[in-house]
Amino acid sequence: MWIEVCKADEIDEEDVLRFDHEDRTFAVYRTDKDEYYATDGYCTHEKFHLSNGLVMGSTIECPKHNGRFDVMTGQAKRAPVCVDLKTYPVKVENGTVYIEL
Amino acid sequence: MSRLAAQKKRRDYSILGPENQLAQQKGLVAAEWYTSPIPRQRMKELMKRKNGPAIRDTIIWVAALGITGTLAYYSWGTWWAILAFAVYGVLYSSPGDSRWHECGHGTAFKTPWMNEAVYQIASVMSLRPATPWRWSHTRHHTDTIIVGRDPEIIAPRPPIWRLIMMDFFRLYIGPRDVKRMIMHCFGVIHPEEKEYIPASEHRKTCWESRAYVLIFAIVIGACFYTGSILPAMFIGLPSLYGAFMVLLFGMTQHLGLKEDVLDHRLNSRTIYMNPIFRFLYWNMNYHSEHHMFPMVPYHALPALHKEMKPDCPEARKGLWAALSEVFGALIKQGKDPSYTVVKPLPATARPYYYGPGTVASDNTAAAGKG
Repeated sequence: MWIEVCKADEIDEEDVLRFDHEDRTFAVYRTDKDEYYATDGYCTHEKFHLSNGLVMGSTIECPKHNGRFDVMTGQAKRAPVCVDLKTYPVKVENGTVYIEL
Repeated sequence: MSRLAAQKKRRDYSILGPENQLAQQKGLVAAEWYTSPIPRQRMKELMKRKNGPAIRDTIIWVAALGITGTLAYYSWGTWWAILAFAVYGVLYSSPGDSRWHECGHGTAFKTPWMNEAVYQIASVMSLRPATPWRWSHTRHHTDTIIVGRDPEIIAPRPPIWRLIMMDFFRLYIGPRDVKRMIMHCFGVIHPEEKEYIPASEHRKTCWESRAYVLIFAIVIGACFYTGSILPAMFIGLPSLYGAFMVLLFGMTQHLGLKEDVLDHRLNSRTIYMNPIFRFLYWNMNYHSEHHMFPMVPYHALPALHKEMKPDCPEARKGLWAALSEVFGALIKQGKDPSYTVVKPLPATARPYYYGPGTVASDNTAAAGKG
């Protein structure tokens, strides 16, 4: 099911937005190439929200321990993260970002 | 309270002891910490990575080591060697420690391989097995100064002066880490390390230690070959004889401040330092700032300090002012282990967040004493 997240321009280029839905939380990204991606909101290392982190290209760095993930694949790229992040399909239609859950 | 009674009252600081479980029960483990309000746009500017400052500082560092090392070499056999090696030792050990730290966070350089290369070299220079200390420091940031959880608490309350004195020349931590590295060569990970290093990193730990031990073995071999201690005076021993500034800087970070709280303004100390100390220490004098926002690179910490200033206690005026506060607190803790320094906040600040582990009355007596 596709769920509306926000307007596309609410996320800056190379930035991330927190999106809470029911009892779950997600991080929705806009990369330097103007592409949108979504992952689980919390880092897989410890429960810190990635939306406070730094997006560099298509990489998100966790704000607490500087672990890194590729937001396109969820792949863990730098310690202390060892477990990949779950990703979700995203689409942009008529200027609105949707995530499929 | 007598000193003997105070010592008997000392908590168990081991991360393998009962305090670990107690901290979890209190809700102090991997908890949500206080953060000062800074607009997202400004944070993004502050977090921005650059290669320039760290490349510049690394060139200066290597050049300074080259110059002082050359002077030390040619003064060997004269009294001037003492001064030359003292300077070389500080330049080897202190930036070795701060570069290890900042590159471990991955924030010093923008380019990941540069962080990793300097991290590995600086780990050798500070006698640290690279992967265990990466994970130890990760824990230090998750559970900063939480007793039973943080493996990087320099001194318990009351302090053990013998260990502090030994570490002026890294004689407590140094041999401990060398022994652990030797054990890693045989595939043995210390139980304390197993507490914070995931099993998937054990293999890497062992291989790194084998490489480091090989480097130290080559230096020792060179000493035997040349019939002189000189090679070790350049690689290996400076980690010990040059370590006193590492300890002096390190002691100012958290000692004398609160334990078991969830607000870095209460357990970390920010100090104004001169440019030379800030170069050696890579701006870690902005320690509350670093702990609250570890993604901000060292070169942006002065700017972050300006943003956080209205929300933080006043920074200490210098290294000696901070050390005098620290030693004063440690001496008082000898008789009263509950003594801590709590600095007043400015009117613009949000109140301190003690978290679930500390009752308000615990702070009343200490408040304002510092």
